[in-house]
Amino acid sequence: MFNETVLKEIDEIKAKYPDRKSALLPSLYVAQREFGWLSHEAMECVSKALNVPEAHVRGTASFYAMYKHRPVGRNLIQLCTNVSCMILGAEKLVDFLGTRYGVQPNGTSQDSRFSLVIMECIGACGTAPAMLVNTDFYDNLSEKRIEEILEKYK
Amino acid sequence: MDIMEKFLLRNIENPNSADINEYVKAGGYKNLSKALARDPKDILEELKKSGLRGRGGAGFPTAMKWSFAKADPKFPKYLLCNADEGEPGTFKDRPILEKNPHLLIEGMAISGYILGAEYGYIYLRGEYPAANDILNAAIKQAYEANYLGDNVNGKGVKFHLAVHQGAGAYICGEETALIESIEGKKGQPRNKPPFPVNVGAWNMPTIVNNVETLSNLPLIIEIGAEAYANIGSKECPGPKLFCISGHVNKPGVYELPMGTSLKDIIYIHAGGMRNGSKLKAVIPGGISTPVLPADSIDCAMDFVAMPKAGSMLGSGAVIVMDDSVCMVKVAYRALKFFEHESCGKCVPCREGTDWLRKVLERIENGNGKEGDIELLTDIAGIMLGKTFCPLGDGAAGVVMGMIKHFRNEFEEHIKNSRCNFS
Ligand SMILES: Cc1cc2nc3c(=O)[nH]c(=O)nc-3n(C[C@H](O)[C@H](O)[C@H](O)COP(=O)(O)O)c2cc1C
Ligand code: SF4
Ligand code: FES
Repeated sequence: MFNETVLKEIDEIKAKYPDRKSALLPSLYVAQREFGWLSHEAMECVSKALNVPEAHVRGTASFYAMYKHRPVGRNLIQLCTNVSCMILGAEKLVDFLGTRYGVQPNGTSQDSRFSLVIMECIGACGTAPAMLVNTDFYDNLSEKRIEEILEKYK
Repeated sequence: MDIMEKFLLRNIENPNSADINEYVKAGGYKNLSKALARDPKDILEELKKSGLRGRGGAGFPTAMKWSFAKADPKFPKYLLCNADEGEPGTFKDRPILEKNPHLLIEGMAISGYILGAEYGYIYLRGEYPAANDILNAAIKQAYEANYLGDNVNGKGVKFHLAVHQGAGAYICGEETALIESIEGKKGQPRNKPPFPVNVGAWNMPTIVNNVETLSNLPLIIEIGAEAYANIGSKECPGPKLFCISGHVNKPGVYELPMGTSLKDIIYIHAGGMRNGSKLKAVIPGGISTPVLPADSIDCAMDFVAMPKAGSMLGSGAVIVMDDSVCMVKVAYRALKFFEHESCGKCVPCREGTDWLRKVLERIENGNGKEGDIELLTDIAGIMLGKTFCPLGDGAAGVVMGMIKHFRNEFEEHIKNSRCNFS
């Protein structure tokens, strides 16, 4: 079960909507933050806190790409390869992440330092290629710049 | 070239532009006061005269949609701001959300007053975590300054606003899917009718509008419908945000009059082709709009002229490609996107996007077979007009457009069993 502080946070979320079910998406984010990913237990907590059937919680969560359905590395790299990024070399950066850090799309490096997810446009097409590392945003990427950026993420 | 004063992007060079004090200093929230002193019916009439059309992609006349919602006696009504900005190539709402959030808040408070809606939500895409923080901080400031709350400006008007974060599903930008999502469900489009203006969020009359649309409201109040209608194209006036990416010298977001020519956008505003390279093709309105070859860019970027030019204005997301780009690869990448984002509700889209992607993938990888181009056209033809929502149509249109203008490239891939670009 969630602790008191988290339950209070979820109560505040619920208060923003006319019905409790609408608090599901934001509550899943809270659960993901608390558990690191949406484990069975995490979703059970959400189900209890909102009094929404677990099957509904699971079904809904599975629809959305930003929920983590398995444990991920310490840092999550979300790199865009959609057209504006692709034509400015994003695919080479995917290869680079593989050779330099041993992380493949939808995978995690052996040392659990990085997980990689390929994104569909993160709204930085004018400064492509771009990525999010956890919730930090980076654009105008090159191999060199990625190396400098990832230094910070241990 | 028509350089106009910036409104949507006013003041954004100021590093503190998202702060309420800076916004008020630049004249912000005075249009809300002006609006609150008027009869909502009058303002709706003025909105109609302004000719404002929705900036989310479809270009629907805003006042018409609002009249339907206002005429519905059910209460409460909800105002939802579509900040899902998921159409690849699109980053035009982001500067408003991150640099000018109070413009959107003021626009929504004015809209709520006109519509008699007391609750608003901003459906913000999950991929914009910074905007989430900025919007929440701005909303808090607006509550403190009494521009939001139970008694806005002391005028006895109620308007509450909250941010709802999406979680990475492009289809949630479609308005009925957005409503499902805000209700805590999978984002699958609903049947229409009933339309959201009658039966929307929590089964109540609901107005969904794009960030940029709602941000035009303060301007219409400020300068009046007549002056507004004189900006840009006659049939769909106003300022428009264009976001340009790809092989140009100065990619970015530009606020220009609606109807600015695509050619001027690329060669004047965005500084022309990078390193003097040769223009090959332009996707003018986000990945879901049909491609235009280099010789077809002499067209006015608005909702009326673009369909005549063979594409669509869409979200105003101009993707510029030089001759180093393989069109088969672009089509393949686009279909990978549509396949991934198809919500799975209807068969023509779910199966069609998967099939199109597979055929494009094999052509791009040098395994294309004779007859594959016809196969692509057949599949796309079957999808067109038969999908439950416009996502499927968009996917089919993209493939059709690529084959129409770049058929030789598809043929060469198949004939040579390879991609000559990689
Ligand atoms: C697949 C799909 C995705 C869409 N994505 C967006 C979006 O990200 N932002 C948006 O404002 N409208 C989007 N729309 C359009 C909305 O359904 C709706 O028409 C729009 O929000 C209405 O607002 P407007 O009248 O102000 O343009 C999308 C439509 C479809 C079919
Ligand atoms: S067209 Fe595609 S996205 Fe739209 S309802 Fe059908 S399956 Fe879902
Ligand atoms: S295409 Fe990569 S950020 Fe938009």
